[in-house]
Amino acid sequence: MPAHDVLIIGAGLAGQRAALAAAQTGASVGIMSKVHPVRSHSVAAAGGINAAISVDDDWHSHAYDTVKGSDFLGDQDAIEIMCSEAPAEVMHLEHIGVTFHRNDKGEMDLRAFGGASMKRTAYVADITGQALLHVLYEQLMKHHETVSRYEEWFTTSLLRDEAGNCAGAIARDVRSGRMEAFTAKNVILACGGAGQAYKPTTNGLIVTGDGIAMAYRAGAPLMDMEMVQYHPTCLVETGILITEGARGEGAHLLNAAGERFMEKSAPNKMELASRDVVSRAEQIEINEGRGVGPDGAGIFLDVTVVPRKRTLEALREIVNLGKDFAGVDITREPIMIRPGQHYIMGGVKTDVEGRTPIDGLYAAGEVACVSVHGGNRLGANSLLDTLIFGRRSGEHAAARAASIPMPDIDTHAQLREDSTRLEAIIGRSRDGRRVSEIKSELGETMNRHVAVFRDEAGLQGALETIGRLKEEAEKAWIDDQGTVFNQDVLGALELGYMVDCAEATVVAALERKESRGAQFRTDFPERNDEEWLKHIDISLDGEGTPQVTYSPVTITQWQPEERKY
Amino acid sequence: MAEVHDRPPEQFTLKMRRYDPESGGAPYWDEHTVELEPHRSVLEAILQARDRFDGSIGIRCSCRQAICGSCGIRVNGEPALACHTHLDAAKRGADDGVIEIEPMGNMPVIKDLIVDMDAVHWKKIQRVTPWLLAKQPVPEREYIVSKEAMVDVTQTMGCIQCGACVSDCLAMEVDPGFIGPAALAKAYRFVGDPRDDQQFERLNDLAQDPQGIFDCTHCFKCVQACPKDVNPMGQIMRLRRIATNDHHINDPNNGKRHEAAFTTLIHDNGLLWEAELLPRSYGGNSWFGKFAPPAGKELLSSLPAILKALVRGKVTPMGALKPHKLPKADLKSVQAIYDKIESRDERYELNLYITGEDEKATPPGDPVAVGVTHEIGGSEPPPVGAEPTDTPTETREPREG
Repeated sequence: MPAHDVLIIGAGLAGQRAALAAAQTGASVGIMSKVHPVRSHSVAAAGGINAAISVDDDWHSHAYDTVKGSDFLGDQDAIEIMCSEAPAEVMHLEHIGVTFHRNDKGEMDLRAFGGASMKRTAYVADITGQALLHVLYEQLMKHHETVSRYEEWFTTSLLRDEAGNCAGAIARDVRSGRMEAFTAKNVILACGGAGQAYKPTTNGLIVTGDGIAMAYRAGAPLMDMEMVQYHPTCLVETGILITEGARGEGAHLLNAAGERFMEKSAPNKMELASRDVVSRAEQIEINEGRGVGPDGAGIFLDVTVVPRKRTLEALREIVNLGKDFAGVDITREPIMIRPGQHYIMGGVKTDVEGRTPIDGLYAAGEVACVSVHGGNRLGANSLLDTLIFGRRSGEHAAARAASIPMPDIDTHAQLREDSTRLEAIIGRSRDGRRVSEIKSELGETMNRHVAVFRDEAGLQGALETIGRLKEEAEKAWIDDQGTVFNQDVLGALELGYMVDCAEATVVAALERKESRGAQFRTDFPERNDEEWLKHIDISLDGEGTPQVTYSPVTITQWQPEERKY
Repeated sequence: MAEVHDRPPEQFTLKMRRYDPESGGAPYWDEHTVELEPHRSVLEAILQARDRFDGSIGIRCSCRQAICGSCGIRVNGEPALACHTHLDAAKRGADDGVIEIEPMGNMPVIKDLIVDMDAVHWKKIQRVTPWLLAKQPVPEREYIVSKEAMVDVTQTMGCIQCGACVSDCLAMEVDPGFIGPAALAKAYRFVGDPRDDQQFERLNDLAQDPQGIFDCTHCFKCVQACPKDVNPMGQIMRLRRIATNDHHINDPNNGKRHEAAFTTLIHDNGLLWEAELLPRSYGGNSWFGKFAPPAGKELLSSLPAILKALVRGKVTPMGALKPHKLPKADLKSVQAIYDKIESRDERYELNLYITGEDEKATPPGDPVAVGVTHEIGGSEPPPVGAEPTDTPTETREPREG
C-alpha cells in the first residue's frame, strides 16, 4: 500500500507546484491525477500571470487592484501574501525554463490586463498556462526519484483517521480498474473547479468539482460558492474562451450599432474593467436588443484594431481558435462572443497556508477559497493563485509531516465500500436516466438561473431542479461494464460531485441578498456592506443538507469604497 | 459572421474502430450516425455517440479547443486531434462519406481510441533530458535573452504532447527505437534556449545515438500531422545544422557527411546522383574518398536493394553510373543560389511559425529572405527586408481528415 508524507490530488499548476515544493524539503511525495498531468485544465489558461516585477510597479498596487476587483470580499491578508510573493515566484518560473515573452531589452515583457492599474501581466504568447504547466511537468520528470506520480488515477474518497484527521485517499487506477488505498500524513486537494456544472463553460470536460465535493462530503466548509465568474469573451456557439489578452492588446467590444458600449459602465478602463463589470455590460446590451448575430445573442470583439503583426505574434492561439472554431479571421473581421462560465471564486475554505479546518487536509488552486478573489477574480491572478498557494501548501504540509507519524489506519472497510459503490453503479438497471442527460440538464439550469443576473425566483427554481437531479443522479445508469478505462462509471461519480457543487452554489446565491462582484441579484441590485460584507460558508450537516454560516472578511489596509472603472 | 454558422445540422456517420481488452476478441468496427452542424468537430460527434448510444466508447478528451492534447486519434487514416477536425472536412476526406475513426498508430492500444502514450511517447520524451539545465550563476532577476530567441523556442513549447506526429512517423514504424519527432522537438526547446548550459552535450548525445537526429528520414509526415505548427522535422533539421555547422560534431552515424554529400552533389550537378552519394557520404568530396572502407561496407549491405532496382528496371547500370545533370544555364542559376546563401555572414533559418506580417507589402525580389527568421545564437536582428513575412495561420486549413 503506497504511503506518503504528502499526497497531492490533482496535477495541474497548484498540484505540481505543491509537489515540487514538498519534495524539496525531503518529504516523500505522491501526486495523483485522473488525467495525465499535462492534460490538466491549467493548460488552457491563456493570457498570463500577474506580478509587480516592473521597476515602476509595487505589489501594494497589485494588491489594491485585486481587492477592488474582488469587490472588497477578498481577504486582504491573503491578497497581500499572494501579491508580495508574486515577483519571486515568477522569477523562479523563469529560472526553471518558462519561455516568457521578452521586450527589446531582453527583459520579461508585460501586457495590460483587466482591472489592473498598469501593465503587470507576464506572458508566453497566449499559451501561458500551457507553458507553465509543461515546464512544471519537466521539473516533475527531473525529480522523478523524489515524487511518485500516479497518472490516470481517479480519487473516489478521502480517508479519515479516528480523530477525524485526513489520512489519505482511496483511488482507482483508471487503466486497470484496480482500487487502492493510499495513506498519507497530509492530503493536498489541487483538482480544480467545477465548471462542467455549467453548460456551456470554457472549462474542460474533466473540470467536475471532484475535490470540492470530496472535501465537502468529508465535512470541510465551502466558501464564496455563489461567486461564479462569467468571462466576457467566449465564442457564442461552443463557449470556447477568447483570452482577455485580446482586450489587453487593445481590442474593442462593439454592440450592434458599432458602439463601444463599455464607455457607459467603465468610462476610464473601458474594455479593461474587471470581468464581472464587462460581462454585465455585455449582457445588458444583449438583453436590451443591441446584441449582434442572428439572435442578437452576441457582442463583437474587434481585434482588427490591434496591429496584425502583434496579433499574430502575441495572440496566435486565438487567431487559430477563431479560424478553427468560428470560421473567422480575427485579424480581418470582428468575432462574435458573449459572456460564459469560466471560473469559480469559491471553493474549499482554507487559510493562507492552504489548511482546511480538517487537520491534514489542504487545498490549493481553483478547488480552494483562500479567499484572494472574493467576489470577482482579476484576469491573470488565477495562475498566480495556483502557484503561490500550491507552493505554500506543499511547504506547510511537508513541515507538518516531519512532526507526525504515518497514520496507522485500517483502510480495508472504506476500500471495500468504494469498490462496492462503483460496482453498484455498473450494475444499475436501466430504469432511470442516462448520466449525460442529467448532466446536460444541470448545466443548462445553472446557466439559465445562476449566471450573470440572478433573482430569487430563478434561484429557487434552480434549487428545486437540482434537488430532483440529485435523486436522479443516484439512479443514473451507464453502459460500460468493463474495468479497463471505464470512463462511464467515473462519469457517474463526477456527476455526483457536480450536483453537490451546484447545490452549494445556489444555496449561497440565494443567501446573499445583495449584488457584489459576480453575484448580481436583480431583486437586490445594490452592494450592501452593512449586512453582507462577509463570507458565506456552506457545510453539510449529518443528513446531507447544506447549512449556511458566515465568516468575516479580513481587512488590513483598504476600506470598502465604491467601485468604479 | 462567417457563413459556416448558418448551416443547419446534418447527419454524419462515424465508423469507429473499437477494442475491448477484456473481451478476448479482436478489434471490430462500430457505426453510429449523429446529427450536428457541419463545422462542429469530430470530437463532438464522438461524444454525441457516446452520450446517446454507447457510453462505453473510450476516448481521452478534455478541453475541446486543441490545447490539452488528449484527443489524438486517426481520422480517415490521418492523425488528428478529434476536437480540431471539422465534420464537413472529415466527411469530404472519407472514401464513401463515412468518417473512419481509429486510435493513433505506433503506440499500443489500451481500449478503443485510447493508446498507451507512456510506453512510447513519454518514454521518448524522457530520453532527451527534458528540463532546462540552466546557465550558472542564476541571475537575481530574469535571464536577459533576446525576444527572438524566446519566441523561437515558444514554437516547440507550443507542443501539446498529443502524439499525432509519433502516430504518423515513418522512421519510427521501421525503427521503433527512433527518438522520434515529438521528443526531438522537445530537445530543440532546450538546445534553442539561450538559458540552457548544455547545448553541445545535448547535441552530441543526440548525434552520437544511432536512433537520434540522423535517424529521421525527412518524410514531412510529422509536419503535416502536427495540429499546433510545431514543425517537428524542421526542428530536427535545425538540431542537425547546429550540431554539424556550429559544433562540428562528427557523428559515427555519418549524418554530417551524408548531408554534405547531398549539398555538394546538387551544387555540382544540379540534380542528385545516387551512385555517387554513398562514396561521397563516407569519403568526402574527393577521388580517394570513394574508397573509404565504411563506404564499401555500406555498399555491400545495400547491394540487395540495388540489385532489386536493377532487376525491376528502375535504374540502368549506365544511368546509375553517369551523373544526371541540368542544362548549363539552369545549373548556373542553382549555383548562384549557393553563392548567394554561402556569401552571407550569418545563417538564416526557415521557420514557418514566427511571427506575422505587417500590412505593408513585402519587398520583392529577395527569395532567400522570404519567410526567414534569424537563427538563434546570432547576435544581430535580421536585416530590413528579411522581416518575417509568412503567415502560417493562413496556410492552415481545417484538416481534411
